[in-house]
Amino acid sequence: MDGLITFLASNLLMIYILVFAIYLGMEVISKVPTVLHTPLMSGANAISGVVVIGAIILVRQAEPTDYLVLTLGFLGIALAMINVIGGFSVTDRMLEMFKKKKR
Amino acid sequence: MTNTAVIITEYVYLISIILFIVGLKKLSHPDTAKMGNLFASAGMGLAILTTLFYPIETETNNYMLIFAAMLVGGLIGLIAAKKVQMTAMPEMVSLFNGLGGACAMMISFVEFYNYPAGQSLMNGQILTTIFALFIGSISFTGSLIAYGKLQGSLRDSLVLPYPKIINLTLLLVIIGISIYIVSLPELSFVWVILLLVFSLVYGVTFVTPIGGGDMPVVISLLNSFTGLGAALAGLIYGNQVMLVGGILVGASGTILTILMCKAMNRSLLNVIIGGFGTSGGASGSSKDQNVKEATYADLAIQLKYAQKVIIVPGYGLAVAQAQHTCHEMEKILEAEGVSVKYAIHPVAGRMPGHMNVLLAEADVPYPQLLELDDANREFPSTDLVLVIGANDVVNPAAKDDPSSPIYGMPILDVAQAKGIVVFKRSMSTGYAGIANPLFFNAKNSMLFGDAKVSLQKLITEIGNA
Repeated sequence: MDGLITFLASNLLMIYILVFAIYLGMEVISKVPTVLHTPLMSGANAISGVVVIGAIILVRQAEPTDYLVLTLGFLGIALAMINVIGGFSVTDRMLEMFKKKKR
Repeated sequence: MTNTAVIITEYVYLISIILFIVGLKKLSHPDTAKMGNLFASAGMGLAILTTLFYPIETETNNYMLIFAAMLVGGLIGLIAAKKVQMTAMPEMVSLFNGLGGACAMMISFVEFYNYPAGQSLMNGQILTTIFALFIGSISFTGSLIAYGKLQGSLRDSLVLPYPKIINLTLLLVIIGISIYIVSLPELSFVWVILLLVFSLVYGVTFVTPIGGGDMPVVISLLNSFTGLGAALAGLIYGNQVMLVGGILVGASGTILTILMCKAMNRSLLNVIIGGFGTSGGASGSSKDQNVKEATYADLAIQLKYAQKVIIVPGYGLAVAQAQHTCHEMEKILEAEGVSVKYAIHPVAGRMPGHMNVLLAEADVPYPQLLELDDANREFPSTDLVLVIGANDVVNPAAKDDPSSPIYGMPILDVAQAKGIVVFKRSMSTGYAGIANPLFFNAKNSMLFGDAKVSLQKLITEIGNA
């Protein structure tokens, strides 16, 4: 139990941010037309690739001989980069088509 | 790490976070959506650059490996995004999402691996890591199953025996293992691997029973799971940009999931435990009823002399890549003085908004697309409705058969029009696997065959008529 309380105390600021971000995330897209559901999902999906940052930190801190961590880290970065780059480009491709028909 | 560097890093992260928030906001309005996507990707680029170069104490860095991984992943992502057909967009999003989940899973696994030996596990750090491992794994295998189902390599009819019991048991086992891991005096790696395996299996059993029209909802839900996984990883690392970015996706993904459910008039709980695709087809012993078949020559003349025609496009049109041919026919008819519009159901295609993307690809002008309510107002004054490759979205059972699995879903009420023609490959049921009484409506006739081929023949006939 002590560990838990220490964790909560030392991460107080992070937990504040967490609560506000939940509210913000719900507010930000509360009104969205169905037309944009697919692109929005795809864009949000690309943002969730932000987890790549964790993998980068992991590999930066890893011992050069720690092959398990390096392998998993490599995979993690590569997979999350597919998510990020692929996600943003696919969203852009979809939205490009909406722009064209506006003219 | 010097103090200045820390401060700079933190503030650049703050800029990234702001770019994410503004980007998401802009993404939810049609006029600014493209800009929003750019904002969000700029935020991501900034966050990645900062993470790469801020000074850390242990100077191993392993930059070669990092750059190689980024290059490989980035290239694969770019090529996949450029190559993918617009029709296959939903499964692509699902696949991308699963990979993000896999990354969250790997990070938390390594976190266990690096955990100092001989130390108690009763702390928030480990609880967060357990949760991140669980969420990341579900998102990974769940998205892969969703990908397989949408792509067609996994049959929808693939069902588990007693899915509810299996899922509940697995969940209890996972919770049990988690509690056991935390209660041990020091980390037991065997149990972490067991936790990982059970979580991966749970992802499979969680998505497998869900089928049919509910797939987009599941993808959206899994998307918010990946966001949550990223946020938890952010909590482990004390990294704000991961925390906020992840939570934004988690929260907005949940809202989006609920919005999608509303568009289909179903509750989220119903989708998850409902087992949608399995109970269909019971309504109507339809074999004895008569179906009229349309001929191209007749239909061509009807179209040419109609005042108002509405086209209801569905996934069948997309699969046949017929959106361009359809647009071509529409232009010919417009030149003959026929008013042609498209009625888009909110869940037409495989995902809400998917059909709009496909028609936009074929250059169909925006004002010609009618949304559900507007279309239903226009049907009574419409001479002919062409239902091309759509099925469930025009199924009157959703309106008048309480035993139907899609009962309550708003439909395009095409039966109000003076005449209906359904373009379809065969008499088989639609994606949701439900019989459609519309086919037997006295006003309806069927035109069997591939949508693109049928439309091409029709264009020729209109020219002759």
